[in-house]
Amino acid sequence: MTRATEPLDSADLAHGGGELLGEDESSRLSSIAELLRTLTSAPVLIALGALAVVALIALLAPFLGTTDPLAIAPGERLRRMSSAHRLGTDAFGRDVYSRVLYGARISLLVGMAVALASVAVGLVIGLLAGYFRLLDSIIMRVMDGLMAIPGILLAIALVTVSGASLRTVVIAITVPEIPRVVRLVRSVVLALRVEPYVEAAIALGTPVPSLLLRHIVPNTVAPLIVQGTFIFASAMLTESAMSFLGVGLPPEIPSWGNIMAEGRTYFQLMPGLILYAGLLLALTVLSVNMLGDALRDALDPRMARKL
Amino acid sequence: MATIPVMGVVAIVVFAILRLTPGDPAAIIAGDAATTEQLHQIRIQMGLDKPLYVQFILWAGQIVRGDLGISLISGVPVAQMIADRIGPTLALSTTIIVFSILVAVPLGVIAAWRQGTLLDRSTSAFSVLGFSMPVFVFGYLLILLFSIELRWLPVQGYRPPSEGFWPFLSRLILPTLALGTAYIALITRITRTSVLEVMGEDYIRTARAKGLKENAVLIHHALRNASVPIVTIIGVGITHLIGGVVVTESVFNLPGLGRLVVEAVLARDYPVIQGLILLFSFAYILINLLVDVLYTVLDPRIRY
Repeated sequence: MTRATEPLDSADLAHGGGELLGEDESSRLSSIAELLRTLTSAPVLIALGALAVVALIALLAPFLGTTDPLAIAPGERLRRMSSAHRLGTDAFGRDVYSRVLYGARISLLVGMAVALASVAVGLVIGLLAGYFRLLDSIIMRVMDGLMAIPGILLAIALVTVSGASLRTVVIAITVPEIPRVVRLVRSVVLALRVEPYVEAAIALGTPVPSLLLRHIVPNTVAPLIVQGTFIFASAMLTESAMSFLGVGLPPEIPSWGNIMAEGRTYFQLMPGLILYAGLLLALTVLSVNMLGDALRDALDPRMARKL
Repeated sequence: MATIPVMGVVAIVVFAILRLTPGDPAAIIAGDAATTEQLHQIRIQMGLDKPLYVQFILWAGQIVRGDLGISLISGVPVAQMIADRIGPTLALSTTIIVFSILVAVPLGVIAAWRQGTLLDRSTSAFSVLGFSMPVFVFGYLLILLFSIELRWLPVQGYRPPSEGFWPFLSRLILPTLALGTAYIALITRITRTSVLEVMGEDYIRTARAKGLKENAVLIHHALRNASVPIVTIIGVGITHLIGGVVVTESVFNLPGLGRLVVEAVLARDYPVIQGLILLFSFAYILINLLVDVLYTVLDPRIRY
């Protein structure tokens, strides 16, 4: 912090970030140790293990003894477990085991895409709102309005308007998630703007883009990783709920939500049609949420006390 | 006062959703057999020939007067459809809110009071689990256990309270458990942290030092001072609750507004979709306004 009061030229500034971190070297090391300690606690390791299994299932689905998840066999409808169909078949004679395994791909893909997209868009809007006071009130009113609309309803309405496909569903789930990211980024920017090193950079006439990139954005990374993890989990839940209601992904895509939607009619006869996909979804979401909790505890001690 | 721009933004978004719809709204109403003449007539009738901002003002004016338009499918006014279907939704959300607060607040206080014990840790584990369990998966598990295996409760459906209290309540128990769990998880978690945060304060030590019973310390001193974040999360949680109601009503076949949303979406009945989104957003804003008012009661230091 002492440097901020001295005149700095731009060459100094280029190393400024590193030097500031240098002063905090020991606390940085201890926070990395803290991160490692939190991430290697038993519940987190179990969660990471479960996630790794689901991710492997998604990646290796074709090699795990599956058949074509879309292949219809009218003669084999609603079969119980057998050597040919490990988890039986659904109302179209499709192999439930294959569909559930391939479903992991869709869920993880949707979760990841929504998390990345909402964090990216929210970061840009949040930086604008936090840094440019004129834009702030307009942007935040719009965000307040978006937050007032229940997320799943907004997503359903957007899909209805734009037609159901993997891409529109991802966009539709992303839009309601953006306001929370914007709020988070904006609050970080507002807090940083009054920091001496940021004021010094402003006083030196650092161009706004490099000021934001060099001094502000790095500070948003940790909270955004935490937020992104929670969005990952909630996006998977939203997608499956929408597909389950029949207003999400097109029915031919074997997502866990669609598998459960098709299982509804035969639930009393064959509960497995809903439960295999449902429990796998619950396990995945639980693991991601546990990971998010651990990351928050490790990366953001202030928030850890709050929740 | 801050709610007026929020409502305005909601209205613009909802209006835009209808206007972004591919296809001509007049053509949807007129049907396939309409002539160009008739289409033109309908466009003028609906004001579709006017500039977009005029259309918006006319539409917003109607909404403010409580006119939500007419269903494209059934021809019934949207306000009427909402009135017909609101019963089960109100019943379900009221039972969930009451039940969740009654369970979650004591649970959170006890967990904070016995911090670090097995009870506390299992409460924390439960709240992560409750937040991760998809409502519909949990709902079907409950149906499988209590309705199909044990045959204690009816599987699905709804009976209005006028048909007797038990038939009414028995059909709400499982939906309340299914959706309430996530809400309980949320409130428990916040209650625990907020109470933990005040437990280290001087006035708690003072209260204990003057010999107050632990109950009185927890309720009158700890919980009272931790109440603002708890009330906040109850308000914020309403959005989760509304989203959950849509799913829960489908699982348990309750003929409420949540079912109506799904029916309207599947039928592309845009005025009904619009009306319902407006209604739910309005409910959310109203409840959070109520929460703001409650702040000043709970914490007299807060002034607006």
